[in-house]
Amino acid sequence: MANTNQQGTTSLQLLLAWGFVGIPLTLGVLQTLINAMKLFQ
Amino acid sequence: MLSFLDRNRTIAEPGFSRWMVPPAALCVHLCIGQAYAFSVFNLPMTKLLGITQSTPADWKLTELGWIFSIAIFFLGVSAAVFGRWVEEGGPRRAMFTAALCWAGGFLVSAIGIYIHNIWLIYLGYGVLGGCGLGIGYISPVSTLIKWFPDRPGMATGMAIMGFGGGAFIASPLSVWLMGKFNSATHVGVAETFIVLGIVYFFFMIVGAIIVRVPAPGWKPAGYTPPVSAQRLITKNDVFVYDALKTPQFWLIWWILCLNVTAGIGVLGQASAMSQEMFPGHITPVAAAGFVGLMSLFNMGGRFFWASTSDYIGRRNTYFLFMVLGFALYCTVPYTGSIGSVVGFVCAFLIIISMYGGGFSTVPAYLKDMFGTRYVGAIHGLLLTAWSMAGIFGPVLVNYIREYNVTHGVPKAQAYNVTMYIMAGLLVIGFICNLMVKAVHHRFHMKPDHEAERAQAEVAAAGEPAGA
Repeated sequence: MANTNQQGTTSLQLLLAWGFVGIPLTLGVLQTLINAMKLFQ
Repeated sequence: MLSFLDRNRTIAEPGFSRWMVPPAALCVHLCIGQAYAFSVFNLPMTKLLGITQSTPADWKLTELGWIFSIAIFFLGVSAAVFGRWVEEGGPRRAMFTAALCWAGGFLVSAIGIYIHNIWLIYLGYGVLGGCGLGIGYISPVSTLIKWFPDRPGMATGMAIMGFGGGAFIASPLSVWLMGKFNSATHVGVAETFIVLGIVYFFFMIVGAIIVRVPAPGWKPAGYTPPVSAQRLITKNDVFVYDALKTPQFWLIWWILCLNVTAGIGVLGQASAMSQEMFPGHITPVAAAGFVGLMSLFNMGGRFFWASTSDYIGRRNTYFLFMVLGFALYCTVPYTGSIGSVVGFVCAFLIIISMYGGGFSTVPAYLKDMFGTRYVGAIHGLLLTAWSMAGIFGPVLVNYIREYNVTHGVPKAQAYNVTMYIMAGLLVIGFICNLMVKAVHHRFHMKPDHEAERAQAEVAAAGEPAGA
C-alpha cells in the first residue's frame, strides 16, 4: 500500500508547520551563536 | 471531545505528507527542552522577597537545585511507567497529556512563587513538569520511526535535536519576560512562569493536532524494505516487558548510561573547567561563549550522528563514540599541559556532539533490536539510564576535582584524573557495544498474539473488527 499521492498536504501547510518551529529555533540558535562568539574575542 | 485524542483518529489520510510529523514532534520537544534553561531562574528565585538582594527568608541555591533534579528524576520514572500507555494510546493523547502536565507544572509553580512555598514548585515543575518531560520526550519516537522506515535515525534525531534546542528559545525568552514583568515589588518570575505555561501549552497542542500515525501497511513511495536479512536489524517485534528480559536491553542501557555519564559531567562544569585549566587565557565571558558553543554542538550532534547512523549502522556509530571519545578524553590533559585552548575546545565540542548523538541514536538502535511495535515504550524504560547518569556524571567530576584540589593538585591539573576515568568508562561502553547481538527469536512476539492484540485494540476503540 505504497502512498504515492502527496496532494493531501499542501506546500503551504508544510511551510507553516516548519516555520512554526523553525523560526523560533533559528532565532534562538543565532542568539546563542552571537554569545558564543565571545569565546574568540 | 476526548475521542479526538484516540489513536484511530490520528491515522493519516492518503496524501498526508510524512514531513508534517517532524514539526509536530518538534513542537513538543522544543517546549520540554526548556528544562535545560531552567538555571536562568535560579538567581532571580533567590531574591523573591528581597527583590534587589537575597534576604535570610529567601530560598537558597541548594534548595532551588532540587527542582531540576526532581524534574529529571520524574522524566525517567514517567517515561518508564507510562511508556506502554503512550505506545498504545497513540501520539496525540500522549502529546496532549504532556502539554497538560508541562503547562500545569508551570502554573502550579507560579502559585508556589506567589505564596513562597518551595514544595509547590517541587510538586509543580519537579513532579508534574517532570512527568510532562518524560511523556513528551517519548511521545513522537515510535511514530517518527514508523513514518521514516528508510531513515529512522534521522527522523528521531530531528525530534531529539529539538530537546537540545529548546533551551536556545527558552533562555532569551525567559530573560526577556522577567525583564518585562520586573518591578520595584516583583522579580517577575511568577508572571514569566504563567506566560511560559500558556505559550508552551499552545505550542504543544499544535503538535498534537498536526501529528498523524501512518495507516497499517503504509510505506514511503519508492521504498522497498531490504530483502536480505540484516543481522542486527530485526523484522520482528518484542513486547515491551519481554525486552527487559533480554541482555541486549541492558547492554544498550549501560552504553547510554556510560556515554551520558561521560558527557553530562563535563557539560555542567565546562565553564569552570575551561577557566581553571587555562587561567588567564579563558575569561568568564569567553567561558560563557564556550558553554554556548557546546550547547550548539550538543544540539547539532543529535541530528548529525543519528542521521549518520542510518548509513553506517547503529552499533558502528556507538563504536565511533566510544573510540573517538576515549582518544579525545585522553587528549584533554595534554591540551592543558601545552596550553592549547584550540585543542581543548575542539576536543570538547566533538565530545559533546557525541553526547547528544548518544541520545538521538538510541531510539533507532532499539528499533533495530526490538522492532517498531513497542519501541517508544522500550525507549521510555531505557531513559532510566539517563537519570542514573545525571547523578553519576556530575558527582564524578565534582568530587574527584574537590579531592584533588584538597590534596594539593594544582587547579589546572585537577580534572586530569576525571578525564582518564571518563575515557575508562567509554572502554566499558565499547565492550558492552561489542557484546550486542541480535535478540533471540524466543523473545519475538508471535503473529497470533499480535492479531489478538490488534483486535482488542480495535474493539476498545469502539469500532467493528476489520473496519
